[in-house]
Amino acid sequence: MNFDLTDEQRMLQETVGQLAEKQCPVTEIQKRLESEEHNAALWKALSDLGVPGLAIPVEHGGAGLEVLDLAVVAETLGYHATPGPYLGHVLAAHAISLGGNEEQKKRWLPGLATGERIGTIAFAETGSAWDPEQWVLSGEGPLTGTKEFVPSADIADLIVVGLRGGQLGVVEKGAAGLAVDAVDCADLTRRVHHVQFEDTAREILPLGAATSTAVRDVGLSLLAADALGGSQRLLDMCVEYAKTREQFGVTIGSFQGLKHQLANMAVDVEPNRGLYWFAAYAQDHVPHEAERISAIAKAHITDRYMQIGRDSVEAHGGIGFTWECDVQIWFKRAMFDRAFLGSPSEHRERAVQLAPWAS
Amino acid sequence: MDLTYDSELESFREQVRAFIAENWPREGDGAVQKFRQLAIDSGYLYRHFPKQYGGSEQDAHPLKAQIIREEFGRARAPGEPLGIGPSMLAPTLLERGTEWQKEKFIPRTLTGELIWCQGYSEPGSGSDLASLRTKGDLDGDEWVINGQKVWTSGAHLADYMFCLVRTEPDAPKHKGISYLLIDMKQPGVEVRPLRTMTGTADFNEVFLTDVRTPRDWIVGDRGEGWLVSRTTLKHERNSIGGARRTEESLNALARLAKKTTRNGRPAIEDPAVRQRLAQIEGYVQAHKYSGFRQLTKDAKGESVGSLQLMMKLFSTNIQHDVSRLSMDLIGADGMLSAGSAHLGTPARDSQSWIGAYMYSLGIAVAGGTANIQRNVIAERGLGLPRDAAATRSSK
Repeated sequence: MNFDLTDEQRMLQETVGQLAEKQCPVTEIQKRLESEEHNAALWKALSDLGVPGLAIPVEHGGAGLEVLDLAVVAETLGYHATPGPYLGHVLAAHAISLGGNEEQKKRWLPGLATGERIGTIAFAETGSAWDPEQWVLSGEGPLTGTKEFVPSADIADLIVVGLRGGQLGVVEKGAAGLAVDAVDCADLTRRVHHVQFEDTAREILPLGAATSTAVRDVGLSLLAADALGGSQRLLDMCVEYAKTREQFGVTIGSFQGLKHQLANMAVDVEPNRGLYWFAAYAQDHVPHEAERISAIAKAHITDRYMQIGRDSVEAHGGIGFTWECDVQIWFKRAMFDRAFLGSPSEHRERAVQLAPWAS
Repeated sequence: MDLTYDSELESFREQVRAFIAENWPREGDGAVQKFRQLAIDSGYLYRHFPKQYGGSEQDAHPLKAQIIREEFGRARAPGEPLGIGPSMLAPTLLERGTEWQKEKFIPRTLTGELIWCQGYSEPGSGSDLASLRTKGDLDGDEWVINGQKVWTSGAHLADYMFCLVRTEPDAPKHKGISYLLIDMKQPGVEVRPLRTMTGTADFNEVFLTDVRTPRDWIVGDRGEGWLVSRTTLKHERNSIGGARRTEESLNALARLAKKTTRNGRPAIEDPAVRQRLAQIEGYVQAHKYSGFRQLTKDAKGESVGSLQLMMKLFSTNIQHDVSRLSMDLIGADGMLSAGSAHLGTPARDSQSWIGAYMYSLGIAVAGGTANIQRNVIAERGLGLPRDAAATRSSK
């Protein structure tokens, strides 16, 4: 019984955190918010650390680590609001690792592992149809149809597309009939796009139908991790502000009203850390609980993240409502984490359907 | 990360199971006491107390302690008796008591023979406990105590009280308090039951008028009472017991949702009810894994940090959510009392939920109100400045 991160996992967080802070501090994030240009130097630096290939098997050029390792990195990137294609990329790699045949893995994974090629996932269809059971885009032949809210689709070299029957297909960059349209999205650190296919060539992952829910569940646990990291950052910012801002001749952090608000926020952060750990850990080690616990973790932690975002604006007063205040960056990451792969209420309903106490 | 127990611990679990299978349940007079004594002799209960005081004197091992709790719980075998004597007084004496105090009080407290009550809160001293005014004056070889205590659970049953008393009126407030042991069965001790909003008397007021206790029935030195009262049991604390209770509350709530109806269908089929159950489960699961984190840190002899400060507020919040939903589910029965035995009619099931609805408020207040917990989290957890008024008055 050892429910804790390993020294290696803590070191991984520290290394990635230092890099994020150095290469892309919040001042840099603010500066680049309205530029649509991909921060290639940052992705290259993360790639040099091996981040894109953390969970890709060693024989395909990755580090062969687990979902929990992906999650602790997601927490760190969430804390720093690090821009880039991490989430979609590692999920695409995971889909190919689980669903691809040997030849496909050999062909695609090494490039994804080094980060030279970028992957993403296209799951949502019109009407917030994120769930594999809801996909209607046919993979019988070349693809014709639309996928929504695809992260980093503008720079992706390959897109793992969810298809009818829960199948997965891969579309490569430059394929005929592939069109990518920018979306006017809130989170400018993780831009999403609508993707259209018109008779577009796809390659089916043979084990895709058996693995698409697992890929979704890994995604849910990574979103929970990102949300935990972001919540912690917002709390830290609010505490820092409360310790420095003065009114009535004293720091506002000495007022009980604000203290209690911050204490309530704190109680919505730290107790959730173990929940995301277990959700991620279960993906590799407790498969029979993985689906339910990742639904609960995603619903709960992203919901709390959004609330902490709202509380943080309030704790900062007027400045908290401005574009220049950093709170808005994390507020919008919370909007992404909450909505991506399905809203908390949908995952809660699914968690109840799977609950031992409900049957 | 590894959620399994290693083979040494798994064989320890087998030993515990075999012990229980052999000895529980048993019949006859004093079956519980006999079982407890066997369990102590085998090293399963009162592990941190020396043998000479009735314990089993085992090295601290939070994981073994957890396995024992799990297995005893599973078999519904009697563990360490609940009560403020074994849980608070005995560990305090072990840390701070003199040799004769330990010998005189600990063994019989552990067996449940001596019943204790706690004399801390006073009518004028709740959150600001250190402002307490019950005073103790030395008269020859005895302390003479005068004052009033309140919220004293079990005072009407207790043999003794461990009590905070101001013995050094000229010292700063935290340094003027002593920790005295008082015989409750003497003239001058008057216990009045305090009826709560649930309708039953769960605590008492205790009036102390010229009550006497021997000079050496003091734990720690004069003026050290505040520190002595902060002595807590650290080595094998039950870090996941709270989470297990909230998990049980959720299960009970789900059972209630199956029994009650909405629009003619079981309430558990109602989407709004399902959402609320699932929302609560988010907190319950977070509680569970926080307990695992704590247990892991305890086993390594490390601190889990600010999480420790949050768990009381966290679990009371869950109990509030559970009770609120239960009141919705019982519908019109929400107008019933918490169950009044004097009416002579059997209480409906829903009345126990009303009792819990009211008790969840008592839990939020007992041992420091939720707002005091928030102060602690903000000041000690987040490092925010101390409250100006509290800082001034502690000088």
